[in-house]
Amino acid sequence: MSDIGTTGSTGGPLLEVTDLVKHFPIKSGLLVDRTVDNVRAVDGVSFTVNNGETLGLVGESGSGKSTTCRVVLQLLKPTSGSVKFEGQEIAGKSRRELRPLRREMQMIFQDPYASLNPRKRIGQIVGDQLKIQKVASGKELRTRVEGLLERVGLSPEHYNRFPHEFSGGQRQRIGIARALALGPKLVFCDEPVSALDVSIQAQIVNLLDDLQDEMGLTYVFVAHDIGVVRHISDRIAVMNQGKIVETGDADQVCEHPRDAYTKKLLAAVPIPDPRESRARRERTTAG
Amino acid sequence: MSVTPETAPAPRGGTGGGPLLAVENLRVGFATEDGRLQAVDGVNFTLEPGEVLAIVGESGSGKSVTAQTIIGLTRSPNAHIEGSVRLNGDELTSQSEKELQKVRGSQIAMIFQDPMTSMNPVYTVGKQIVEAIRAHDGGVKKRDAHARAAELLGAVGIPDPERRVDDYPHEFSGGMRQRAMIAMGLALEPSVLIADEPTTALDVTIQAQILHLIQDLNRSRGLATILITHDLGVVAEVADRVLVMYGGKVVEQGTLDDIFYDPQHPYTWGLLGSLTRLDQPRPHRLPQISGAPPSLLSLPTGCSFRPRCPHEFSKCAQVPGLDAHLPEDPNHRDRCWLGPEQKRKLREVEPNRIGLEEPA
Repeated sequence: MSDIGTTGSTGGPLLEVTDLVKHFPIKSGLLVDRTVDNVRAVDGVSFTVNNGETLGLVGESGSGKSTTCRVVLQLLKPTSGSVKFEGQEIAGKSRRELRPLRREMQMIFQDPYASLNPRKRIGQIVGDQLKIQKVASGKELRTRVEGLLERVGLSPEHYNRFPHEFSGGQRQRIGIARALALGPKLVFCDEPVSALDVSIQAQIVNLLDDLQDEMGLTYVFVAHDIGVVRHISDRIAVMNQGKIVETGDADQVCEHPRDAYTKKLLAAVPIPDPRESRARRERTTAG
Repeated sequence: MSVTPETAPAPRGGTGGGPLLAVENLRVGFATEDGRLQAVDGVNFTLEPGEVLAIVGESGSGKSVTAQTIIGLTRSPNAHIEGSVRLNGDELTSQSEKELQKVRGSQIAMIFQDPMTSMNPVYTVGKQIVEAIRAHDGGVKKRDAHARAAELLGAVGIPDPERRVDDYPHEFSGGMRQRAMIAMGLALEPSVLIADEPTTALDVTIQAQILHLIQDLNRSRGLATILITHDLGVVAEVADRVLVMYGGKVVEQGTLDDIFYDPQHPYTWGLLGSLTRLDQPRPHRLPQISGAPPSLLSLPTGCSFRPRCPHEFSKCAQVPGLDAHLPEDPNHRDRCWLGPEQKRKLREVEPNRIGLEEPA
């Protein structure tokens, strides 16, 4: 429905998603399951992500933003639609065929407590995929992992520690190191700061910013906090009920929203300025 | 250290006597395997009818423990509670569990962050409200209590309350569940509502509705509210006065405008500075507070914020008292050794922008 193909100076888009649909069937019936209806989690979503940019995906819970990420990454099979990475169709490919692509596309998860295996050491968590992908092993593997830990603001001595020894912010850094281990081009960040304390959120946002500059990363940044999304994104796509209702330049969308839903969403964000929020309340009660 | 600060502005419709709720030198410690953990370390505040007091802090700051201790929820064999909590002059800390049960609900109600886990999934919403009403007054007929439950659900904005009162919690959305929790809290017409992160689990549009509901109740019923949150945006929307907590202590307290427009403590500057604000042009880089909140088991000596503060100097090795530094505003207090002039200069990182940064 909304196409946003601003081709950057770097050439064609890195990721091109067209008419992506993911329906989850609702089944009913005593003996034989019949599909009585579908939950239209992702309902015809199209967008492009250019090399080196950050696309922010905002929406409320249930809007389909996380499902979109998972379907694009082929962690969930799409019902229909096309996902092109560097011009190559990846929708419908088998796990084996997708394996080389895992080096290029990675994901950072919301909950730094649930997304790290508590029985594995940090070195293993970050380094396992290097082993699986046969990128490095032995001493080289360790050096690489230690380098990664340093890069995300941890210490190489953390290599043999377990996740429970770390705070939420440090765990999120581990998750970031894991996502970057294979040197991906595109990283999906699914609510990476919403479980963190306020003073730690800014640290992680800045870290993601720095890593993008250093490593030339492209992000799809998913969050419900529009303030954070606007800060980190070049462009924003607003999702509601499985559809993208508005896309555009980050400042443009936040300052001059066109869609009614975007306006409603922005109007609900609390303003951390008592005078301003009092004035807004008077405007809304008067209007 | 400091006597009870009389921080309340002229009470709005007070009871004439002392404050509605007075917390004095509250200290809560827990004996753990790793040693004694001082979760709350000398907190003082008062609350007047019709007032919204926000307690702001990060995890481990002691904000939730403070609130839970008021209604005796932190009592346990390994807890050590000192200080006083008085409601209309009655001391609550020395009351027995049985006496406290009469206070909970009927005088002080509490709502929690997660409305799903704070309701019993196998009873209807109405039945749970009826139970709360009848637990405090067995004389109320079931039918009357049921009608009252429906009326309360209507009052907090649940559509079609006569029908929805017989729904189970899972049939309610997150926002409706939080409304139902508030209805349950209001069932016995308490004078104080403690809301612990009431909107953190909700979407922004629902959050705005719940905040307006709390504000309405606060205005129309004179319900005094303690709002616990980490979100300064939420604070700006509803609070009258603010306590900023860090490492178990109040590091700054004042009116809403004091905290937002004339913040005195570097931690408050850091919190304000690190906000991503939609009403301002975005900064190139988000100002951040370095380091992490301290562990309560090994608090730094002196000022607890010292290791994260770029303005630290020799005096910070001693614990600063919670004192008023502005002669014109004796109710605005903070724990920082810097002088008011220095603070004014150091906090302004850019023209009209407050933050925590290394001085150039």
